[in-house]
Amino acid sequence: MLTIRNLYARVGDKEILKGIDLEVKAGEVHAIMGPNGSGKSTLAAVLAGREDFEVTDGSVEYLGKNLLEMEPDERAREGIFLAFQYPVEIPGVSTINFMKTAVNQVRIHRGQEPLDAVSFLQLMKEKMKLVDIDQALLSRSLNEGFSGGEKKRNEIFQMAMLEPRLAILDETDSGLDIDALKIVANGVNKLRSKDNAIIVVTHYQRLLNYIVPDFVHVLYKGRIVKSGGKELALELESKGYDWIKSEAEVA
Amino acid sequence: MAKDNDILDEITSKEYEHGWTANIEMESAPKGLNEDIIRFISAKKQEPEWLLEWRLKAYRIWKEMKEPRWANVTYPEINYQDIIYYAAPKQKASPKSLDEVDPELLRTFERLGISLTEQKRLTGVAVDAVLDSVSVATTFKEKLAELGIIFCSFSEAVREHPELVRKYLGSVVPMTDNYFAALNSAVFSDGSFCYIPKGVRCPMELSTYFRINAANTGQFERTLIVADEGSYVSYLEGCTAPMRDEHQLHAAVVEIYVMKDAHVKYSTVQNWYPGDKEGKGGIYNFVTKRALCAGENSKVSWTQVETGSAITWKYPSCILKGDNSSGEFYSVAVTNNYQQADTGTKMVHIGKNTRSRIVSKGISAGRSQNSYRGQVHILKRATNARNFSQCDSLLMGDKCGAHTFPYIDVENNTSRVEHEATTSKIGEDQIFYCMQRGIDEESAVALIVNGYAKEVLNQLPMEFAVEAQKLLALTLEGSVG
Repeated sequence: MLTIRNLYARVGDKEILKGIDLEVKAGEVHAIMGPNGSGKSTLAAVLAGREDFEVTDGSVEYLGKNLLEMEPDERAREGIFLAFQYPVEIPGVSTINFMKTAVNQVRIHRGQEPLDAVSFLQLMKEKMKLVDIDQALLSRSLNEGFSGGEKKRNEIFQMAMLEPRLAILDETDSGLDIDALKIVANGVNKLRSKDNAIIVVTHYQRLLNYIVPDFVHVLYKGRIVKSGGKELALELESKGYDWIKSEAEVA
Repeated sequence: MAKDNDILDEITSKEYEHGWTANIEMESAPKGLNEDIIRFISAKKQEPEWLLEWRLKAYRIWKEMKEPRWANVTYPEINYQDIIYYAAPKQKASPKSLDEVDPELLRTFERLGISLTEQKRLTGVAVDAVLDSVSVATTFKEKLAELGIIFCSFSEAVREHPELVRKYLGSVVPMTDNYFAALNSAVFSDGSFCYIPKGVRCPMELSTYFRINAANTGQFERTLIVADEGSYVSYLEGCTAPMRDEHQLHAAVVEIYVMKDAHVKYSTVQNWYPGDKEGKGGIYNFVTKRALCAGENSKVSWTQVETGSAITWKYPSCILKGDNSSGEFYSVAVTNNYQQADTGTKMVHIGKNTRSRIVSKGISAGRSQNSYRGQVHILKRATNARNFSQCDSLLMGDKCGAHTFPYIDVENNTSRVEHEATTSKIGEDQIFYCMQRGIDEESAVALIVNGYAKEVLNQLPMEFAVEAQKLLALTLEGSVG
């Protein structure tokens, strides 16, 4: 589904990604871990098409297409979803209205009829259950005055509404207490299927207790320095990142 | 950020939609302004002597006045002798019914989406259509008359209801008020008149639609609304003009007289031609709008969506004279390219327990300048007066400006005045967030801007709100990119 080859990206003069290689297939869950500043969030942003980052080398192929040539909205309509680490507030625009606009643009792109108000509401009610989110919250201005947990649940709710092929969760666990974490992870697990793939970007192993990955990759100084199965996450948890760092420096 | 500005540029540079002209045979006065021109206008309209005298008096006052230059706008000097002060479509003296109206005129308004044919209008809005200086047609007159509501062109009101016109003309905006009000008083051509009798709730929206068509003409219409005790009316005003290279002057006056327990809601969607992307052409919009809450418990709400005009100079105001009266001002002003807007309100608290609320949302894009100017004046006897003001500015791109000039004068220490102001930039983050959900750039900007202006748009009558939302998006088209 996604093939990243030798990807380099920088912001301004600062090189952040220095040759990433990653292959993600349908049905897989990949965790990207690493210490702060290793480039995890940059990788997520580059895949979503954020313009602040300049790709200087390498290629990204998504469902047979050159992802790097696509605009962010085009990528989204083609099924890429990014759950933001810091969801943005849009005053005066309710989540409902926001999602209605988004879902219908995606549907039109897929050659489907836009949903009318009634069917949209039905879909929404169904997806709300996944993350235990209240309709009153969805009627409020998007993310404005939401608690940390509400914002993250709202991200997963949007993911459920848009039914992406490839979802990227950027530090979705940050700022969540254990109950909120369970709700969010539970929502994500219900969305797992053999047809879609998920990339979980996280600093801590904690989230991976609930969203169990097929592969774990450790990012350090802009490169994937170690890959393995879910046990790798546990190893990182007990040993910290220092051994990875020294291993990488030696190499 | 550069990218963000490009998006904004792209979204805000859409062409003006109503820029066409209609081929209508016109009759007009020669260029320039003097007492003879005023006599000409008055004679054309077969006005009574008192009104001619009133005009001449205003003209003499105007001649002594200086054009105000305190607004935060710049423009070359206006040559008042180079303007045509009267232009009217040639048609039979005054059509008795719609059947007598020149079909070309009806088509002109059809093109604007305003059908003057009553059976076609299902929306429950009565319209007075004003082309250049003259009222073309007023719909639903008979139906309204059954309730005692008078809704007609100003000229007709002068003929049919001289006592009402004479009593209230200039009672809210005196001819001495300001330079443009004095000019309007001297040369006003037509406009709408509306009287709602005691205890009557007007069952439909009343609306005036202004269209400038002729070149080199100024448009000086006058609207007078009188709401008798316990009455209610919701009034809408819309306007467009063709695209022309030269600037055209529009100096209107709106007076609203509100008696005890009456409530008037006045909504404007102003979409005069704003000039092209380089700032060539466009309407100079110098307008005086004021409401007098004369009686106890009276109420006035102004709602305006200002998207057009090269220059907007406009401060719809409320004189809160009656005890317990209240005034509201909700405004969205969008400027793009080289547009300049200096707009706001004045709330003058005279009576006891008077309340006012100001919500102003400015949106600047391109190289435009957008200023809020407002005054809250609480007089000595206005015990327990209250005001709340909120002035927000939204910037799109980095070449435009947003300014706020709030004046607060309080002479009574039992009053409470609150003022809040914010300035924000439309965020790259917000646009990216929308796009990441599959929403294209233009829709994203429209969504964000409409969200920002929501509190004001919510005040508009339903059918206007939809139009206003589209207009906001249209005005800003090309400002992102």
